[in-house]
Order: sequence, then structure tokens, then C-alpha cells
Amino acid sequence: MTTVLPHLPALQVVIPLLGAVLCALLRRPAPAFGLALAVSWLMPVIAAALLWQVIQGGPISYHMGGWAPPWGIEYRVDLLNGFVLLLVAAVGAAIMPFAWHSVGFEIDEGRRAWFYCMYLLCLAGLLGIAITGDAFNAFVFLEISSLSSYVLIALGRDRRALLASFQYLVMGTIGATFYVIGVGFLYLLTGSLNMVDIAQRLGPAWAEHPRAIVAALAFVSAGVGLKLALFPLHVWLPNAYAHAPSWVTVFLSATATKVAIYLLIRFYFSIFGVAIAFDTLPIAQIVIALSIAAMVIASLIAVFESDVKRMLAYSSVAQIGYITLGIGLANQAGLTGGLVHVFNHAVMKAALFLAIGAVFYRAGTVNLAELSGIGRKMPVTLAVFTIAGFGLVGTPGTAGFISKWYLALGALDQGWWVLVLVIVGSSLIAMVYVGRVLEIAWLREPTPAIARASDPPLPMLLPILLLGAATIYFGIDTQWSAGIAEASAQALLGGLR
Amino acid sequence: MQAFRLVVEYYNYFVTIFLMVAGLYVVIARGNMIKKLVGLAIFQTSVYLLYITPGKILGGTAPILDPAFKVYSNPLPHVLILTAIVVGVATLALGLALVARINEAYGSIEEDETFERDREA
Amino acid sequence: MTAVQSADSLVPLAVLLPFVGALLIPLFRRRPNLREGVTLLTATALCLAVFGLLGPVLGGARPETQLVAVAPGLLLAFKVEPLGMLFALVASSLWIVNSIYSIGYMRANNEPRQTGFYVCFAVALGSTMGIAFAKNLFTLFLFYELLTLSTYPLVAHKRDAAAIRGGRIYLLLLLGSSLALFLPAILATWVLAGTLDFTPGGILAGKAGAPVIGMLLALYVFGIGKAALMPLHFWLPAAMVAPTPVSALLHAVAVVKAGVFCVLKIAVLIFGVETLSDLGQSAWLSAVAGVTVLGASIIALRQDNLKRRLAYSTVSQLSYIVLGVAILAPISIIGAAMHLVAHAVGKITLFFAAGSIYTASHLTEVSQLDGIGRRMPWTMGAFTIGALGMIGLPPTAGFLGKWFMLTGAIATAHWLAVAIIVFSTLLNAAYFLPIVYRAFFRESAAGEHGGEAPWPIVVALTLTGAATVAMFFLPGLPHALARLTIGM
Repeated sequence: MTTVLPHLPALQVVIPLLGAVLCALLRRPAPAFGLALAVSWLMPVIAAALLWQVIQGGPISYHMGGWAPPWGIEYRVDLLNGFVLLLVAAVGAAIMPFAWHSVGFEIDEGRRAWFYCMYLLCLAGLLGIAITGDAFNAFVFLEISSLSSYVLIALGRDRRALLASFQYLVMGTIGATFYVIGVGFLYLLTGSLNMVDIAQRLGPAWAEHPRAIVAALAFVSAGVGLKLALFPLHVWLPNAYAHAPSWVTVFLSATATKVAIYLLIRFYFSIFGVAIAFDTLPIAQIVIALSIAAMVIASLIAVFESDVKRMLAYSSVAQIGYITLGIGLANQAGLTGGLVHVFNHAVMKAALFLAIGAVFYRAGTVNLAELSGIGRKMPVTLAVFTIAGFGLVGTPGTAGFISKWYLALGALDQGWWVLVLVIVGSSLIAMVYVGRVLEIAWLREPTPAIARASDPPLPMLLPILLLGAATIYFGIDTQWSAGIAEASAQALLGGLR
Repeated sequence: MQAFRLVVEYYNYFVTIFLMVAGLYVVIARGNMIKKLVGLAIFQTSVYLLYITPGKILGGTAPILDPAFKVYSNPLPHVLILTAIVVGVATLALGLALVARINEAYGSIEEDETFERDREA
Repeated sequence: MTAVQSADSLVPLAVLLPFVGALLIPLFRRRPNLREGVTLLTATALCLAVFGLLGPVLGGARPETQLVAVAPGLLLAFKVEPLGMLFALVASSLWIVNSIYSIGYMRANNEPRQTGFYVCFAVALGSTMGIAFAKNLFTLFLFYELLTLSTYPLVAHKRDAAAIRGGRIYLLLLLGSSLALFLPAILATWVLAGTLDFTPGGILAGKAGAPVIGMLLALYVFGIGKAALMPLHFWLPAAMVAPTPVSALLHAVAVVKAGVFCVLKIAVLIFGVETLSDLGQSAWLSAVAGVTVLGASIIALRQDNLKRRLAYSTVSQLSYIVLGVAILAPISIIGAAMHLVAHAVGKITLFFAAGSIYTASHLTEVSQLDGIGRRMPWTMGAFTIGALGMIGLPPTAGFLGKWFMLTGAIATAHWLAVAIIVFSTLLNAAYFLPIVYRAFFRESAAGEHGGEAPWPIVVALTLTGAATVAMFFLPGLPHALARLTIGM
């Protein structure tokens, strides 16, 4: 044990990476699935152990290959990315059992092993972004996760999945390249790629080259903003989510954008720092304006979508707006709200997309008009959809309420009570688009096509129930979600580490 | 004269900016997916230049320790860009594979034509 | 275990019981008799638990429990106040009667989806208990929303186009108003006062000036859409598509009562009567309430559909209670609390009667009711008592509430309120007495036949009719609790 424990940070990334290679070699779906499941279930154990170490003894610094930073690559785990690691790993573990039937239904047999290979690659990339303390290394992981997710999306049954994937590839590559340009500027300015090191050297550099730093900040913001689908850089997201295989949508919506958000938070608060990004530059104003636009416009678009997956995708854009709103507020309550919404939204959206994935598995469609009375045929699935839907609306007793409470408090702390109205207004719009689905699903008579549907098999049902329960649990006991978010926010706002 | 000095001194950077903007323009302005990928590749290439340029030190040699040399080029940017090139190649390969699949599925690689065909279907 | 501790543990029990019932009911979905047995058993157990709390509360104890701290300031906690006690007593007792009635009604009309119906009913009652016993605004808000959500399937029970539309209006208006106005008000209260606990005397005294307090009060009274203050009243008529036991639940047992209860509780225990009257925030509220009282009465006059007439009557009666609060005299607040009880018992009788008529002879319009009193003497007898209660004539409970409010209005020289109460009483008489007259003194149309509705229906409405009269002669309990509410 003592020989393994110090290397947990490396194992967190290396195990899924090796798993991906093995999956490719295995070639047959069943063993590949077994391997992916084993790796997925191991990841939260490692992540929890890391987070536990951080809570006990402060940030962990791991020197990759024994090379000391800033020359070598450092893996650095503090409360914030420990939290993100656990989130990504736990979501992956929770939804993995769902994949067997869902992937079996949607992906041709010859491609399933490759599917799991790509999934593990993507997981490795996402965990890598979260864990690394090196800005360029983050770019590499960003591309690992992106390239594998392009493949995952392209595996969708509909030919439009190919177009969506291509569109995402073009935009995602532009985003990643913008990011790397920004990092390049920082490297030119400070001569370092280590995040802690950059942060320390940026203060003196600001006095000499403020314009270069502004350019770096702009490139990083635009690049990462593309990845996290910050309005109006979100156009790739609805198509990608709508046409990707059901399970991929669940996984990406719950993890990929969240990790990108983490990266943005890391850059704004840990690297550039509050003093440069918020006190000197108008980042707050820009981010808040875009967040408001996302919360209102994307929600409105969601109301008029007839495809439930697309509707939920637009809702994701809106909900990401809540998170970036918390970033823009940059005060204790607001940032806590943003961070806890990273977690809560991942849980709720995963529950929603899982439920819709199950509906597709049973009914073969996600078109709202064809889902009349589905609730009566798939009561458990739709019950979870209902709970998570009200979570999006933010009714008390669900996780969504907690996020909105903190965000609204953060807005009031700044004296921006108009923002409270925006938060509330966006919730009202969410109520409309969620309500539309509920009304058709529960109150209409089942059509003959729907009449044969029933709740999915247990391996699909259990993840759905688990995430549905989590939606309520984290609305009542917030010690682990809001508690850690609050401590992270405090650390982030306390300036540099 | 001043302008000339500026161009010569920052020659690499001017090329970088030109490639960057030209590549981005092609990505946005062209509907042909292969051309889009070409633009994307040019755009990525400009970044390689951006990184490598400051790593070169006038009079420096390859960073192989030898008592005969005192000044070395910085190896780190080269290493970074090797990685970036790999990423770029992978992206281009995946993009081309996707375009091939799109061509099979739609019979076209023009963006507007594929949209058109989806609308008809 | 001392008496106080046992009372403390009764509180979560009372809230949880209906939820446990809701979980058990689906287990017996294939055995309707057992299923209804579970409902009745749960209702009786709940009623006993609530009555078990009565002694300690009258004795001055305030049993409380804290379940979990959700976030700083957001505690899930219960504490039994006298006013909540009163509301819980009304709701839990009426649930038993309403369950008996539901059994008769749902079976006689062969309604589909009865299991879901009883489950939602039980959840709604559990939410009502949560509202009644909430220790702070967060807990109140949580159960307020849960009540909306659990009653939505009940409103849309028939699943036809009209029911779906009615349900949509119901959900959008109640959930919308609470998210858009109620929640920001709670947030503002937290920022201003630093606490959300219900406290005798209020928590906002001296925390903000008159304009802010006025704004906040407006956010609360309109945010609580369940109180059906105009212009947020139209969900109530829209919800009339629901089966009659649901209407009874909406109008008497839970929903609108929860609305006015919240207004009362927030006015007394968040703002504090003194704060409100010092800052002169009653005038606009009495005006809005007055407009609602009179406006809804006038609309009620013109409704031929019996249930719609009753619905508008509810809108108007609820605003009496808000008016009683707006007068801001201690005695008028006692009157408001009394009226809350009186209206519950009276209105449930009226709805039971309307449902009884529908079940026995499928009549829904007032103009069809000629001579029905002779065929259905028990039903129309109870209806008459209920109507007298709505008008506020002795010997019914309705008289007491109005009397206290009137006394309070005169004592504080609120002449506008006096005029509203007097004039609306005339209007009440004008839309209720013709029904009674038709039922008993007109000849029935040829070919009409049939007798009383099934016995559970008759038993239920006789019980509530009797209670309306009994409360006039024995007002001690509600009066005592109402007095305790304002610390007298």
C-alpha cells in the first residue's frame, strides 16, 4: 500500500490510458466492457483517496517522472480539482452499467470495443486536465479528451452525428489552439508552464507587459470558453449532444464541459488571480453579460425544441450560464454557487440524459410528440426525469435549489438584485420546458408505439435511480457538495496558493 | 527605416500572425470540408512558429552539453511543439476520416449541401 | 421520556405519517378495499398524532425538532406554533372526512387511476403538515412547493384536454409565482434579517424602512399564489376541472388554506403586527383584499356552474382572511384565524354537496337544481348550513370570524374594511340563497328522479355540516389557539 499511495495522482490518469490500449487490443465487446467497468469503478476510489489526503494534509504535489517543477510536469491536487476529479470519476462509475445495453442497442458489434477504448481515452484526458499543474500538459489532455469525444459523437446512429462531430472538431480545435496561443503568451512572459510558477511570476510581468497578459487572458478565455460552451461559443453543443449515442451524451454533458469550467476557474482565480482578472480587467462584466444571455436565450430556445435531447442540450447551455455567472460574481457566495452547480448540474443532467437514453432504448425515439404517455409505461424512468427536471427548475429539496440559493445570495452581496430576477426568470423558463415534457409524458394517452415500452433492464435502471436519488440527496445534505465548494471558493478568492 | 527594422526584427511573428489569420479565415469562409481542414492545419501551424521562435537564441547550438559551446537554444519549446505536431496530425487524420464518412453518407463534402440533404430527408 | 420529549417526537411523526401512507398505498393497488383502508388508517393516525400535540401546545409548550441543516441559514426544522396547530387540526380532521367522501365519490363515478389519486392525496397532506409545522421560511417554502407538485396530478386527474389545460394553468401560476416572487422575498428576508425563523413579534422590526417592507410584503402576498389574491386568482376556477374530492382538498383542506395560512404566519411571525402597523403598510393590502372580496363575489353571482360559483366564493372568502390581517388589529387577526377554520369546514360541506349532486344525478349547473332539495334532503340541508356559514349568519362558525374581524375593523376605525365586509355579506347572500331557494321551493323538472348519493358521501357531508354548527356553539378551541398566536 505504501508503495502505491504516493503514486495515486499518476495512476488516476495512467490506468484509464492503459485501459484504453487494452480495450483496443481486446477487440471483443464483452471483455472490453468489463475492463471499462473495472477501470471506471476504480477511478472514484483513487479520486476519493486523493481528496481525502488533501482534506487531511493540504495540496498534493506529484512530480511526474521525478522531474522537479517547474521543469518537470507537476500533478497538483488541491481541494478544487480533487472535487472535480471525484465528480468526473464518480459520474463515470455511476453511469457505466447503463452503457452495456444502451451501447449494445445503438452501436454495431464490431465497433463496441473501440467505443470503450475511446471512452477510457476520453476519461483519461478529462482526469488529466483536472489533475495536471502544467498549462501545456493541460492542452495535451484537452486534445486527448476532445479527439476521443469527436469519435464518440461520430458513432451516433444518425448520419447527422458525423456532421455534428465534424463541426465540433473544427470548433474544438480552434478552441484548443486559442488556448495554446494564450499559454504561449504566458510562457513568453514568464518562461514557465507550471501553473503555480506562472502565477508567481505574473505579478512582476504585469508591471512590464500588461497588454501581453491581456492578450493571453483573452486567448485562454475564448479557447476554454469554446470548450465549455460559453454563450455564444456554444453552437457545437446542441448538435453534438443531440446526435451522439445516448450514453455519450450523458457522459459528455456531465463531465466534459465541467472540466473545461474547472480549467477556466483555475486560470482566472489561481493563475491570473482576482487582482488582474477581476479588479483590473472587466472579466466580471463580460462573463456576467454572457451568462445572462445564456440563461435567458438558451432557455428560450429549449422551450421550442421538439427533440428532447436537443432541448436538454440547450438547457445545458443555460445551466452553464449559471455556473459562469458564479465565476463572474467572484465573491464567496457566488463562486460557491457556481462551483456547487458544477457538481449539481452534472448530477441532474446525467439523470435527465440517462432517463432519455432509457426512453430511446425502449421507445426508439426522443421526439417529444411521439412520447405521449411514456410516463405510464416507464414510470420509474420518468419519475427520475421529473425529479431531475424540477432540479433544473430549482425547486427546494433538489440539488438545483442549493446552487441557485448561493448564486442569488452572491448577486445580492454585490447589490445586483436585477441578477436575482434573471436567475428567477431563467428558472421560470426552465419550468416551461420541463413542464412541456412532463405534461406529454404523464398526462397524454400512450400511443400504440409507446404502449409496448416498459422500464429498462436493471443495469440501466440502477444508474438512473442512483442519480435521481442523488438529485434529492444533494438538495438536503450539502455537506459534501456545497461544503467543499465553499472551502474551494474561499481558497480561490484568498488569492494565489 | 523604422518600419523595416520592425519587420525584420519581428519577422517570425509577422509570419505567425499571417498564418494564424489566414488559416482561421479559410476555416470560416470555406464550405468545403477538406478546405476547412487545410485552414485548420495552417492555423495550428502558426502556433508552432509562435512557440519555436523565442526558443531560438542567436548563436546558440542544439542543447547537447559540450565544453566547446556556451550558448544553447532552449529545448523546451521544441519538445512542446513536437507534442503539438502530433496532436495536430491526429486532429487532421480524424478530420479527414470524418470527411470520408460524411462523403459516404451524404455524397457531398460541401457543408451547405449536406445541410440541404438533411432538410430534404 | 417526559411529556415534552414525546411531544417533540410527535412533530416529525405527524409530518412523516402521510408520506409513509403514500408509500404503502401502491402496495395494495390490486386490493381497493385494503388500499382505502390504508388511507383511512393513515388519516386517523395523523389526526391522533396532531391531537396529541394539542395538549402540550395549549399548555404553553412549543414542541420542535431539527432534521438537517441544508446550508447556512437553511434549516429543515419544525416547530409547532398555535396557528400551525390550528391549521394542522383542521387539515388532519378534514382529511378523514374527505377520505370517506372520496371513497364514495371515486367508486360511484368509476374514476380511473384511483391508486395514484390516493397517493397524491397523502403526499399533499404530508406537505400540508410540513407547512403547518414549519419552523422557518425555508421549510415552509419546501413543503409549499411540494404541495403544488403533489396536487398537480390531482387537478389534471381526468386527463382530457380541459383537465390538462387546467392543470397547466394551476402549475404554471402557483409554481411560477412562488419562484418569481416568494423565493426572492425569502432571499431578501435572509439578507435583511440574517434569519428565516418564525419568531413572535417578527424578525424584520427595525431592519428596513417602510418602502422596503412594503415591497417585501407585496412579494410575499402575491408570491403566495395559493392565497388567490387578485389578479393571481384564476388558477382556482381553472382547477375546477378536478374531481370533487380534489376541489374539496384545494378549497378546504390544504391548498388555499395553506396559502392564507402562510400569509397569516408571515405577517404575524416574520413582519410582526406592530412593525406593519408602525410603517403603515396596511392600506394598500386592505384595498387589494377588498377588491378581491367584492370582485370575486360579483363574478360568482354570474356563474351558473355550481362548482365555479363555489370557486369564486372561495377567492372572495380567502381575501376576508387577508383583509383580517391587513386591518392589523389583534382581534381582527383572531378573526382571520377563526375564519380560516370556519371557511374550511363550511366550504368542504358545500363542495361535498356539489359532488353529491353530481354523483347522484350528474347535474352541474345551478339552473338545473330546481327541487333537488326534496330528493336529496341531507345533501341540500348540509349545503344550506354551509351557505349560511359563507354568508356569516348564526348559528354557523362563519359568523364568529366575521364578527371578530368587524369588531377589529371598527376598533381601529378601518371604515373601508367595515364597508367591504358588510357589502360583501350581502353579495354572499345574493349568490347563495337563490340556490337554496331553488332546491327547496321550486318544483323539479319532469322526469327527474333519483335519491341521495352513496352513504359514504352523505355521512361525510353530514359530519362537516354538523361541525359547522358545532363550532358556533363551541368555539373555545380555535379561539384559544388564535389568541395564543398573537400572544394574548
